[in-house]
Amino acid sequence: MVEKNIQNNETVLEVDDLVVHYNTEEGVAEAVNGMSFTLHKGETLGLVGETGAGKTSVALAIMGLLPVPPSQIIRGSIKLNGEELVGKKNKEMRSIRGDKIGMIFQDPMTSLNPVMSVGDQIAEVIRLHENISKGEASVKAGKMLEKVGIAADRYKEYPHQFSGGMKQRVVIAIALACNPNILIADEPTTALDVTIQAQVLELINDLKKDYGTSVILITHDLGVVAETCDRCAVVYAGEIVESGSLEDIFLHAQHPYTKGLFGSIPRLDVIVERLHPIKGLMSDPMTLPEYCSFYDRCDHACEECKQGEPACMEVSPGHIVRCRLAHPEAMKPESWEKGQA
Amino acid sequence: MDEILKVEKLKKYYATPRGLLHAVDNVDFSVERGKTMGFVGESGCGKSTLGSTIIGLEVPTGGKIIYDGRDITFPTKKELKELRKELQMIFQDPFSSIDPRMSISDIIAEPLIIHRMYRSRQERTKKVEELMDIVGIARRYAYSYPHELDGGRRQRVGIARALAVNPKFIVCDEPVSALDVSIQAQVLNLLQDLQRDHQLTYLFITHDLSVVRHISDDICVMYLGQIVEKCSAAELYLHTLHPYTKALLSAIPIPDITIKKKRILMKGELSSPIEPKDQCRFAARCPYANEECYSSCPKLMDVGNGHMVACHKVHSLEDNL
Repeated sequence: MVEKNIQNNETVLEVDDLVVHYNTEEGVAEAVNGMSFTLHKGETLGLVGETGAGKTSVALAIMGLLPVPPSQIIRGSIKLNGEELVGKKNKEMRSIRGDKIGMIFQDPMTSLNPVMSVGDQIAEVIRLHENISKGEASVKAGKMLEKVGIAADRYKEYPHQFSGGMKQRVVIAIALACNPNILIADEPTTALDVTIQAQVLELINDLKKDYGTSVILITHDLGVVAETCDRCAVVYAGEIVESGSLEDIFLHAQHPYTKGLFGSIPRLDVIVERLHPIKGLMSDPMTLPEYCSFYDRCDHACEECKQGEPACMEVSPGHIVRCRLAHPEAMKPESWEKGQA
Repeated sequence: MDEILKVEKLKKYYATPRGLLHAVDNVDFSVERGKTMGFVGESGCGKSTLGSTIIGLEVPTGGKIIYDGRDITFPTKKELKELRKELQMIFQDPFSSIDPRMSISDIIAEPLIIHRMYRSRQERTKKVEELMDIVGIARRYAYSYPHELDGGRRQRVGIARALAVNPKFIVCDEPVSALDVSIQAQVLNLLQDLQRDHQLTYLFITHDLSVVRHISDDICVMYLGQIVEKCSAAELYLHTLHPYTKALLSAIPIPDITIKKKRILMKGELSSPIEPKDQCRFAARCPYANEECYSSCPKLMDVGNGHMVACHKVHSLEDNL
């Protein structure tokens, strides 16, 4: 659902030129390469991309959960309400995590503690961040359970007694227990069936409205983005290759990768004889080129694309494309014109 | 109609401590030669069990499977080995369905060795190279091991191995679910090309309605072990009749912001397939259910144009549309 009315511009989170590397035995994997984006109050930002694009690394960097070593934030800044998070001590991050930023992980089966009742797991977060008694925390946790659609009398049950969708509801309750400013949802519905996915997305949307939380939704599913996000950023090889409003991305996509993604998905409502996949494979983060990282897979690549990294171009207000060919005055190969028509 | 596979009243029950689990319950369908029959449903609806039962990996509890005029419901060991040359399977997870200690060429050659389908070593190598070309794996990977390949290539190895014995019928059990969208499109195109070039018949099992719509000629929608709706792919999306199919379709996020659709939110989750009562299995989640739905289990009935639906209320619902 596209929400037009919440376009106030109060920035909650600002990520600027973030670079994250993983030092492995075989070399340095460049997971995030200069990503910048902002998240406004009350909006949902979709980060879309394929496996290994660096979506989760960004989320972990914001949460301060990157495993150090092997990973390392090389440069860049992450500002939460103007407060710099990069370089904060573990102890300081612990008071922010769960309180100001909540996170939902992909797999609800492994993100819950199997030997602790679900109610206690919610109460644990509340007690960590709020100075209240055990009894008060339990009452609050029970209320949280009801909020996510689970009867409060299941407080004492354990994760294995819940189905996948119900477990994900518990995870959402934990993430939202302290009313955070930001909720990071990393593929929250990928492990769930479509009908359960619809329920969970609806729940996240409703809670977001009730609490005024800003959401970063990480997903590979453009359909999920279309139905839940206000803005969208397409991630490829650790860079945001295109970002803008839903209209910009879904109706006026400029970057060849974004267009390729749309050509790859079978559609329910449009019948095509053949899909048009992007050729080749995801670039290896160990050996990223000095030039455009999409060069090898791009249908429109030409010699000039090999000259340095492409610059970010604002093709219309708020719609940013990282491709040389998006420039209105760029020399365009024939294939590009064909693609536009 | 040239039927290659006919399944009648197929049942597969599992004994559990709490009673019999009806994984596949009275399933009837037939597949035409050279076509693709899609099976779609949520996890736990019995679609994978159905696939493995047809291919002989599970022994059916009852019913009949007729392949190319032969009854293959309870094959002997010898018959089963012969059948493997005709019926093959592509598995969901390219990470666990191939042996990590065998090289790519050994994996693809294995079925050739088992069925003695070559006269000399050279012929075998040649056949393996041919298969690698067909599925689009570069020959330099012949002596690589599965862990050196990405998911898309590994799935291609699984496809090459299934093709090695020149089968006529392939059960594809979620062959693209573990792959990224851009790779998924490549594999779907490959499967379509192979079907055209080798006159293959597919039984395509998936939870993804968009994928099944794209690749299938006919589609069966399964719910708790039973087929609830069966018709051609186009018909299913144009004239959806069963309330479950409707809810399923409306739950799929469509990557288009210009389409506004009403979502039917289903209450609750899949009920238990253990010792189900004689009633419509979807009744508890169905917005239209009444006493009739709780009194007996609806039969799959033809409502015209070969469109089969198992719903007591199908006629009254039709009027509402």
